[in-house]
Amino acid sequence: MMNVMTRTEAEVGAGEQIKVEARDVNVFYGDKQAIRDVSVDILDRTVTAFIGPSGCGKSTFLRCINRMNDTIDSSRVSGLITLDGQDIYARDLDPVQLRARVGMVFQKPNPFPKSIYDNVAYGPRIHGLVRDKAETDAVVERALRDAALWDEVRDRLQEPGTSLSGGQQQRLCIARAVATQPEVLLMDEPCSALDPIATAQVEELIDALRQEFSVVIVTHSMQQAARVSQKTAFFHLGNLVEFGDTDDIFTRPKDPRTESYISGRIG
Amino acid sequence: MIAIAFLMLFLASITGYLVNRQAALAIRSGGTRLHSLAGFHGLYSLLLIMVPALLLILLWLVLQPVVIERMVMNGLPAGTLEGLDSGAVQLIQAEIRSIAGGRVFGTPDPWKLEAAERMNSLQGRAGWLLLTVLTGLMAAALVFSRSRVSAEFRARQGVERIVLGLMLSCAVVAIFVTVGIVLSLVFESLRFFSMVPVTEFLFGTRWEPQMPIRADQVAAEGAFGWIPVLLGTLVITVVAITISVPIGLMSAIYLNEFASTRFRAVAKPILEILAGIPTVVYGFFAILTVAPALRAAGAALGIPVAPNTALAAGGVMAIMLIPFISSFADDALAAVPRSLRDGSLALGATRSETVTKVLFPAAIPGIAGGVLLAVSRAIGETMIVVMAAGLMASMTINPLDSVTTITVQIVTLLVGDTEFDSPKTLAAFALGLMLFLVTLAINILALRIVRKYRELYD
Repeated sequence: MMNVMTRTEAEVGAGEQIKVEARDVNVFYGDKQAIRDVSVDILDRTVTAFIGPSGCGKSTFLRCINRMNDTIDSSRVSGLITLDGQDIYARDLDPVQLRARVGMVFQKPNPFPKSIYDNVAYGPRIHGLVRDKAETDAVVERALRDAALWDEVRDRLQEPGTSLSGGQQQRLCIARAVATQPEVLLMDEPCSALDPIATAQVEELIDALRQEFSVVIVTHSMQQAARVSQKTAFFHLGNLVEFGDTDDIFTRPKDPRTESYISGRIG
Repeated sequence: MIAIAFLMLFLASITGYLVNRQAALAIRSGGTRLHSLAGFHGLYSLLLIMVPALLLILLWLVLQPVVIERMVMNGLPAGTLEGLDSGAVQLIQAEIRSIAGGRVFGTPDPWKLEAAERMNSLQGRAGWLLLTVLTGLMAAALVFSRSRVSAEFRARQGVERIVLGLMLSCAVVAIFVTVGIVLSLVFESLRFFSMVPVTEFLFGTRWEPQMPIRADQVAAEGAFGWIPVLLGTLVITVVAITISVPIGLMSAIYLNEFASTRFRAVAKPILEILAGIPTVVYGFFAILTVAPALRAAGAALGIPVAPNTALAAGGVMAIMLIPFISSFADDALAAVPRSLRDGSLALGATRSETVTKVLFPAAIPGIAGGVLLAVSRAIGETMIVVMAAGLMASMTINPLDSVTTITVQIVTLLVGDTEFDSPKTLAAFALGLMLFLVTLAINILALRIVRKYRELYD
């Protein structure tokens, strides 16, 4: 099997720490196996892109990292995933606490039917990160600034989040995820519902967010993967085919399937 | 005769369909392109034959007995009906009708037998006349529709127009019936208000409609202020809603968000059975089980409890409303997009935080609409309160007292000896009109809220 590209310690550059480590992860939906034997190391303060044709299991794997697959009754996960060396599927680990550390942004913007302010304050409030109004104000402002949305919404924080445009809604969802101060941010095709301008804004944002956390992004657009990521993983039919530096994957793919995909022959 | 008429109608329609379809197919096989498919040419003929013929038969069925009766009565020997009031004339009419139908009691007068015979022969002739007219009409329609068949004829548009007309008339029927019901209420109420001033009815605080309708009866003088009746209705409604809304909502939230599939598969049908119980059975439950239990509990605590309390009636009504509210709330919660649920969970919210902070606020318009519809059902509910609530109208808001409701009063006013020119009976219509207006207002409000919430996600 070609699906593991284990990196030796020497290859890991200075300051590059492994944040999430996955070993031999399998996911089943009922009797159907969605992904098989996936092993990946996700580095801290790095953007990792998952690419591959539809139905290849990249979103499924992404959802394993914050245990969102738990919400699907028929799903079953085997293998080991650790966050900072701690097994996230351990019996005594609370998925609720895990999700506070591993944030997620979805394909379609999904602001809650609340005001912009309450959307962002939702996470900090439920996790008790803020004690009073002033602290909440500060957290909301910081998250909205991080998401490059502050200047556009500062005068209408009490308007419903659904009143924003699609691109603004998606940045609001990013702000909402950032506000809980996660360590890893998972993004499931965050730009697929956005126009090119909004996409460019979100991509810029992803690059900025890399300063603070580790970002994992699933994308259908290979240009996007090449633009925003440092590491790229290529999935095909539930297997991790190739994983390495983004430059290497796009210029010198080792596996013929990767080459076919990035040159547009499969997918 | 009618069976034959329908058979003819059926056969003629099929014939028309086949003839026109065949003619259209013939044109097509001749190499010309048809504007409409051959089937539409057939349908056009079918509708053109069937619709007018059906209308004719229905009209005939309605009018024939009236016309024949009139002819028979006019044909009676001169002077037989002189000096008789309308009741006696109706009796004679009924007797002739039953003799004509072959049910002879005793030895009727010879002129009645003669009239019955005349009625029978008229009916026979009318039947033949119907068949003749029907045949003519259908033949004309058949010939006309066949003559329209040509390559350019827009049969599809013709069919669509006729079907559109049929649908429109069905919709109009429903509207006319509603208008008719409202008007009958309004006219009877106006008669009532000509006897009792509107202000007394709307603002009076005494409801004692037991006035004499015969000279020899002993009864109260009669007072028609609807406020105590309205108050009783509201007390029972408030009791029913305060009990049913929390239980209905909680069960909906549990079933929707927390229950395992297996539990849901068992619990949902049981809840639906509750919705299928006839209200009269709820009434039994209220008087045989709930009311005595409440009375015993009250006695144990030293609180005086009336035998038929608002609490018992309202409580049982609440049981009736639980599945109603629960299914409305269930639908509203299920309509909240999965993406919101996932979004909240992915932020590290627990299931209960997700329900209370995201799903519930998003579903609240739908739930509010359901609750309002439940309120209007509670106000209009009749059987449970007729059995379990009291008859005396009293100005009280104590749920442990006996109260009466609008629906109960309407029933009691119209049951037994009635006379339609006494305020006692007519008061029922005024109450009915008020009930209609209140529930109409609530329903409009509810539908508005529900519609607004539909727009939120579509």
